[in-house]
Amino acid sequence: MLRIPCPFCGERDHHEFAYGGDATVTRPALNDSSMEAWYRYVFLRRNPKGRHREFWQHVSGCRSWLIVERDTATHEIFGARMAADATMESNRG
Amino acid sequence: MKPYSAWKLFTHALRGHRGWPEAWRKPEPAAGYDVIIIGGGGHGLATAYYLAKNHGITNVAVLERGWIGGGNVGRNTTIVRSNYWIGGNTPFYEWSMKLWEGLSHDLNFNVMLSQRGHMILGHSDDQMQAHLRRANTMRAHGIDAEILDREALRHEVPWLDYSNNARFPIHGAILQRRGGTARHDAVAWGYARAADRLGVDIIENCEVHDFIQEGGRITGVETSRGTIRAEAVGMAVAGHSSHLAARAGLELPIESHVLQAFVTEPIKPLIDHVIAFGAGHFYISQSDKGGLVFGGALDGYNSYAQRGNLPVVNEVNEIALAMAPSLSRLRLLRHWGGVMDMTMDGSPIIDRTELEGLYFNGGWNYLGFKATPASGWTFAHTIAHGAPHELNACFGLDRFRVGHHLDEEGTGPVPGHH
Repeated sequence: MLRIPCPFCGERDHHEFAYGGDATVTRPALNDSSMEAWYRYVFLRRNPKGRHREFWQHVSGCRSWLIVERDTATHEIFGARMAADATMESNRG
Repeated sequence: MKPYSAWKLFTHALRGHRGWPEAWRKPEPAAGYDVIIIGGGGHGLATAYYLAKNHGITNVAVLERGWIGGGNVGRNTTIVRSNYWIGGNTPFYEWSMKLWEGLSHDLNFNVMLSQRGHMILGHSDDQMQAHLRRANTMRAHGIDAEILDREALRHEVPWLDYSNNARFPIHGAILQRRGGTARHDAVAWGYARAADRLGVDIIENCEVHDFIQEGGRITGVETSRGTIRAEAVGMAVAGHSSHLAARAGLELPIESHVLQAFVTEPIKPLIDHVIAFGAGHFYISQSDKGGLVFGGALDGYNSYAQRGNLPVVNEVNEIALAMAPSLSRLRLLRHWGGVMDMTMDGSPIIDRTELEGLYFNGGWNYLGFKATPASGWTFAHTIAHGAPHELNACFGLDRFRVGHHLDEEGTGPVPGHH
């Protein structure tokens, strides 16, 4: 069992969460008409063996979207933070 | 090396089976080859075999990081079938089925193909309509398919839960009688031995660390056993495709996920067919040793770990009991995990890459074992001719860019959902 440290609820079993995939891909701006950018966003993944930043939603808890950093080979979890906080930080640039 | 035969079995039996020669050589890697295949799993070995047999290219090396039979070819649930529905999948898997049917003779190695029938249950009128449509598609391609109603199914498989109180009442099934199982280790060993007899070097304990690129083309690989050059390099390392392709600077439409499989303690013969549940991901058959072999869904998150997690163990066994409560007292003997390439549409990739000299075979999702013969057959053609065969033209690497997806499940570009 993976144990995910939800910043709001505390450490919980991963089956309380829904997996949301790679958190490093960024959606192009909605008015971006470059096919290549959308192709990369929808279909291509780095899929690393090792550290992976990924989305999980705490569906059976606070329902927050989190960004968790986890090792895909050892399943070690390095930390979790609110996805909303990360978005606000990146918006502030 | 002389072919296996009943006479050889008899004479070796008289000598206590101590005189069998090794099934394939253990050569040192040469400085260069015409073709290098990375990955000594079923697909890589089959590719090398068909390169030699169909195209006369025998100066070939198969580089395997571990040992033959130690990866996904030995970790699957051994199911063979060709009951696919859409686009190029139907003819591709049927060609694989036809190769399976002649494989033991072709390889001079008994792969223990058992055409015991493969069925998928239907749990509603709508699902039975979908099964009928699939059956008609198969028949239109000359593939055998039958629809069993509830009574016909009960006659063949009396031990399922047919009560109306079942969470997903059983309405019937789609049955492909030519489907079944094959002995997975024998497939690896058989292809390895047959390729070796045609002159292919099978090099175990040889991990590829990097590619050699010269003038925009791939001309060899750096391995744990030194530099090996080649005119063409084919990757067949499903599970680790992204990891290796990144060394060549390629990003793929693939995520790696872990899929678990299970076997119970052996019991007397119970399951005559391969049976797949229709209202959840679950498939079960009985091995020749008597153990019930079954599997379910992915664990659901990116993983390169060859082990699974307990929530899925629970879920898979719950489905087993929903389908057949009589299994409740069986004890689980083992469960294990394999790492799958999950693509964005659930279908595989067999194609050239944008790098001259580098060819790609991967993205097998749940489909790898049954596809082994046709995968090797078409990948060998693709490498020998520098272009895909008609049968794998639909499995192009570029299909996502141009919108020619092959999404059999219709679940969209989320790898974990296929």
